[in-house]
Amino acid sequence: MGLTHSSTGKEISDIGLTVKKQSPQDMCIAIAGNPNVGKSTVFNALTGMNQHTGNWPGKTVTNAQGYLLIDGETYVLVDIPGTYSLLAHSPEEEVARNFICFGEPDAVILVCDATCLERNLNLVLQTIEITSKVIVCVNLMDEAAKKHIKINCKKLSSELGVPVVPTVARKKKSLEALKKTIAYVTHNENGTKPVQTKYCPEIEKAIEILQPCVEKKTSGRINSRWLSLRLLDFDESMRDEIVSFFGEDISQDEEIKQAMEKALSLLSDGGKDKDDLCGLIISTLVGESAKIAQKSVIYEKKDYDKTDRKLDRLFTGRLSAYPIMFLLLLFIFWLTINGANYPSSLLSEFLFYIQDKLLLLFDYLNAPKWLSGALILGAYRMLAWVVSVMLPPMAIFFPLFTLLEDSGYLPRVAYNLDKPFKKCKTCGKQALTMCMGFGCNAAGVVGCRIIDSKRERIIAMITNSFVPCNGRFPILIAVIGMFFVGSSAKIFSSISAAFILTLLIISGILLTFLISRILSSTVFAGVPSSFTLELPPYRRPQIGKVLVRSIFDRTLFVLGRAAAVSAPAGVIIWILANTEVNDVTLLSHFSGFLDPFAKIMGLDGIILMAFILGFPASETVIPIMLMAYMSQGMLIEYESLAELKNMLVSNGWTISTALCTMIFTMFHWPCSTTVLTIKKESKSFLVTALSVLIPTVTGIVLCIAVNAAFRIFL
Amino acid sequence: MNGIKSLCDMTPGEHARICCICPDADNKHIKRRMLDLGMINDTEIECVGKSPGGDPKAFLIRGAVIALRSEDSSAVFIRTKS
Repeated sequence: MGLTHSSTGKEISDIGLTVKKQSPQDMCIAIAGNPNVGKSTVFNALTGMNQHTGNWPGKTVTNAQGYLLIDGETYVLVDIPGTYSLLAHSPEEEVARNFICFGEPDAVILVCDATCLERNLNLVLQTIEITSKVIVCVNLMDEAAKKHIKINCKKLSSELGVPVVPTVARKKKSLEALKKTIAYVTHNENGTKPVQTKYCPEIEKAIEILQPCVEKKTSGRINSRWLSLRLLDFDESMRDEIVSFFGEDISQDEEIKQAMEKALSLLSDGGKDKDDLCGLIISTLVGESAKIAQKSVIYEKKDYDKTDRKLDRLFTGRLSAYPIMFLLLLFIFWLTINGANYPSSLLSEFLFYIQDKLLLLFDYLNAPKWLSGALILGAYRMLAWVVSVMLPPMAIFFPLFTLLEDSGYLPRVAYNLDKPFKKCKTCGKQALTMCMGFGCNAAGVVGCRIIDSKRERIIAMITNSFVPCNGRFPILIAVIGMFFVGSSAKIFSSISAAFILTLLIISGILLTFLISRILSSTVFAGVPSSFTLELPPYRRPQIGKVLVRSIFDRTLFVLGRAAAVSAPAGVIIWILANTEVNDVTLLSHFSGFLDPFAKIMGLDGIILMAFILGFPASETVIPIMLMAYMSQGMLIEYESLAELKNMLVSNGWTISTALCTMIFTMFHWPCSTTVLTIKKESKSFLVTALSVLIPTVTGIVLCIAVNAAFRIFL
Repeated sequence: MNGIKSLCDMTPGEHARICCICPDADNKHIKRRMLDLGMINDTEIECVGKSPGGDPKAFLIRGAVIALRSEDSSAVFIRTKS
């Protein structure tokens, strides 16, 4: 299959960038910058929105839009994926370039990292070649101060010719000056006078020849100097953009064609190879950035990054890296399991108390039996299950994970795991998408956009569901709690529970490697592509903010989505359980039909049915299972895991059932949202089908094997 | 001692300057990516560490730490400082 780097791109670069203005007078502001400089934090602070943030490059791969009101005027802010350069090569960099170049924003805010300004200036210089409406926002000033890096913003501003605003985006107050500058730049036509980078004489001569023709043809719609440069250094990926912007391919214009020929021959006469023109241009820009940085940045301490390097030696050391990863995983799971136990039973006690009261109320109102059944025993009870089983682990796991994300540890995981991934002919960044998969597989699949090579990206998408998302996670925790450790809350049992969970996750990771390897040498054959990953400085996470943000933004959001699915699912289950055909309920028909096959896999018909009906949202699998068991006669209420276990055991559960259920939880089809996302991202039926088939077949095979092993040896 | 060698042969703690980036014909785009990261001729570069498997290695380039695989960094030639 000819999936090479050069065929990457076009398909997903069209991730719809339409600016949603509330009224035609609204101004459009793009927020651009290098990856991981705090663009989303600036965006959130300005718009009051809650775009997800985190300390790792490539976190924002979609374009968020929000509104900002300054002095009664509305500004539409567009959060653009991070990019190192506008001479783009990866899909998300193309999005950024196309928006800044052809989206005609009223101003561009370039967010820069104060601790690494020089590198950021390259993008600034490239942007001010296109538009004069640029505001440089030097973010993370507090981090720079901590590292004794001093930035002279006045000097920087005079060197660049555009306003420079220092900010600490985490502190909203520091953004007032930025707001004022936005208003100033958008209202003063000549408010900024950006300096132009001068290239070597040959290039300047070539521009001189071409620019007048381009100016004439485009009548000032776009910066003619910049466009001339791009035409000289012709980039295939820009042709379509130029055509759709001007309505024609201006490089085919007779006059421009002639000027081009003249300019190019001049270049080759001067010994400048056309193929190397781009390299020459970038080199000049980088050199210029270095000069400007030298004038405006002072490093007061030579070894300002000493702590980061020490931490790196620990987290990526030859001997310490993997044990630390393992222990961190173990610790997070232990906290989650241990912490979730008590609130979980408290919640269910409360919610089922309400259920009894609701039943009484319906009785009192003389409501028909089917109504109270469908609404309370169906919808409400399902909801109560989802909330009490799912909420506590999520509310603990999400904040812990967000802390890790903020700290800058995740890129180190990708760094540590790159070698094994390379062995599987894929990309270390797949580790980042797997981490996102812990939160939500659909998010993990979207996150795969950070992987440049299409082949590697598709493999990462297909294998993403080998990491259990938060919907499946509590299933594992509940089953481990019931069957593999004592029900007592002793410290030893919770550690062993966490240990089992960690082993399961690691088996998922190992299978990811295996499947990636197999895919890399069969369907998606190819060699590993190049890999550049920035390891950002460690940052101390803001614990308070993380708690609030992760609980309100992520936990409640995910829970809301699960609830929206589970209430109707509850009604359906209740109807299935209470409609009889030939004296047997529909539910029994269904589960009875699945039973023979499920038995081979070490499950039973009801478990398999729960997984099938749980396709819209994995959160509902356990509740569906429990309701189905209950509807078969014994109606107990959930008061403790021990009681739950008794019910499952009386329905024929054994250790091997529990183990097979856990395996099938880890490895089965992804939920409907994930499948749809894969379809959307890959635009390929084959990829979508594989991403459903591969985990399903893996799960079925593993379950059958484990079940057979139990039968034979025990 | 001033020796020219490949970037992938640098060991943690070593300082050097970039002489040239000459990738194979089928890996041309890596040069562009490296240029974007500020790796032009005569750029100072320091190897700050290697991953547990020995590859990729991490390099300090213009204030940022960038991890590069040996396949890619072997295309970069450097002059080590004594």
